[in-house]
Amino acid sequence: MIAWTARPARVGRLALLYVALVALTLVMLIPLIWTVSASLSPIGQIGVWPPHLIPSPIMWTNYSDLFGLIPVGRYLLNTMVIVSAAEVGALVTCSFVAYGFARTTFPGRDALFLVLLSTMMMPFVVRLIPLYVLYRQIGWLSTYLPLTVPQLLGISAFNIFLLRQFFLGIPQELCDAARIDGCGDFRIWWRIVTPLAKPALAAVAVFSFQGAWDDFLAPIVFLGGNPDMYTLTIGLYMFRSTTTSGTPTTQYLMALSVLMIIPVLVIFALGQRYFIQGVALTGLKG
Amino acid sequence: MSQLLPRSQPPLSAGAAALPHRVRRLWRWRGRDIGLVFIAPWLLAFLAFELIPTVAAFYYSLTDFHVLGTTTFLGLANYQQLFGQDQRFWTALSNTLYYTAVSVPMGLVLAFVLALILNVRMRGQGLFRTLLYVPAIVPSVAATIVWVWLFDPNAGLLDQVITAVGLPTVHWLDDPGWSKNALILLNLWAFGGGMVIFLAGLQGISQELYEAAAIDGAGAWRRLLRITIPLMTPSIFFNLVLGVIGSFQVFNSAYIATHGGPLDSTLFYMLYLYDNAFTYLQMGYACAMAIVLFVLVLALTLLLQWSSRRWVFYS
Repeated sequence: MIAWTARPARVGRLALLYVALVALTLVMLIPLIWTVSASLSPIGQIGVWPPHLIPSPIMWTNYSDLFGLIPVGRYLLNTMVIVSAAEVGALVTCSFVAYGFARTTFPGRDALFLVLLSTMMMPFVVRLIPLYVLYRQIGWLSTYLPLTVPQLLGISAFNIFLLRQFFLGIPQELCDAARIDGCGDFRIWWRIVTPLAKPALAAVAVFSFQGAWDDFLAPIVFLGGNPDMYTLTIGLYMFRSTTTSGTPTTQYLMALSVLMIIPVLVIFALGQRYFIQGVALTGLKG
Repeated sequence: MSQLLPRSQPPLSAGAAALPHRVRRLWRWRGRDIGLVFIAPWLLAFLAFELIPTVAAFYYSLTDFHVLGTTTFLGLANYQQLFGQDQRFWTALSNTLYYTAVSVPMGLVLAFVLALILNVRMRGQGLFRTLLYVPAIVPSVAATIVWVWLFDPNAGLLDQVITAVGLPTVHWLDDPGWSKNALILLNLWAFGGGMVIFLAGLQGISQELYEAAAIDGAGAWRRLLRITIPLMTPSIFFNLVLGVIGSFQVFNSAYIATHGGPLDSTLFYMLYLYDNAFTYLQMGYACAMAIVLFVLVLALTLLLQWSSRRWVFYS
């Protein structure tokens, strides 16, 4: 970090910078502020100029009415199932696999790791259509399975890569000492490596949550046929499509958007201590 | 006492002992092959959900597969039609190229400048960093919904401000000339993601370099050009590659905000692919598009990687 000394010219420049920064931050946050405000507004106060920042009266009932309008609870449940599978897959299976690549040897290990890396290059959409056909054949469409089974098996190459890099940084001596004491690899992974990998696991947990929570393409392809299986993303989209004409429901749409945004912010806030570390883990420094 | 000796010839497990003698000679289970058990879940998922579907995609792209009815082998006919006769394919491609060419550089510059500014020790530095990063973690679906409303010509905040200062209404999503720019603006809102990467990179630069340069009389601008930017090229490269790959596959905003309209002005590549597969049920054709996308992304990445030798400086 560059420390600025408080000479008069510098102070002037710093003040100007400050003003610009505050202005930019406000502009960046206005969409969110407006969304929250609209979600709590009576319908007559949305979209008026000048805008009411704080609505009067504050319509907390918009949120409760929302649950009556569309099956938010159902959408939330479906989303949570998918998110849970992603989290378990990331924190358990991917860690398990990453340990295999990092601290064990077996024929073809390095070649297989290259294969794993190369899968990150392949756009998901290439597999999307054959996967749709496959799931249709085996009756997995409109179930949780397409969006949970691959995750639980640790398909996420990104997570495996991140964790493997981190595991390589754990001193070999620790694992060797445990091995001499009679620990098998499983024990080493569970008892020694996993507790030490908290920063990386936190980063992976946050990434996985964001990815699963916001997933739209895969749910709409695999679950699109059955409204009971809709996730929050699909629900939000469907709700918006039905409100472009007909009764004004913007406040409910904004309320649902707020409900979609808040959990991500919370998860991020919880994991953010480890998050910046996680970004640095990818080894970006020159 | 025998436990202290390294395990070199473990006895065959009961399962292996049951295999016919010839097979046993091909591969002895060594204690250290336990690693295979560790990667087994991923290997299974990779084979079932990645390798086989990918191969299938290549195969489907050579057919007129449309789920129902019979499938005819077409050879390269899909690709010929794609490049030779499909006007909308070229529209989708050029839309995507425009989107990438505009949003990626702008995003990089914005993220870089803000990272530089927020690397300066000041009051509220952490707060600003967090607040500017928040839009990047807003789920893209929710962000699109919010911005669709902001773009509304009558009730949306943007046009209200614009008309309040006397300018004519901008039809962000209704005007074919503006629609791509609207989606680019939506994407730029999330520049905080790149900013965080740059901040991490900036923190890796040793302060001593700046101090030494300052002692030698280098001004702030010189320090930026000669120290900061060269040492930041790895981060720039990283954000550039991710940005390009991501922009090529933009889907959510195009699908939700405009579904390709108006007049195909926001028909991005992924959206056209999706429509071919699931709206028109031309799955073989869509697979061909997917393969073309893969080749394009691969080519671009290799190109960037090759060019990186010229301008990326790894200390």
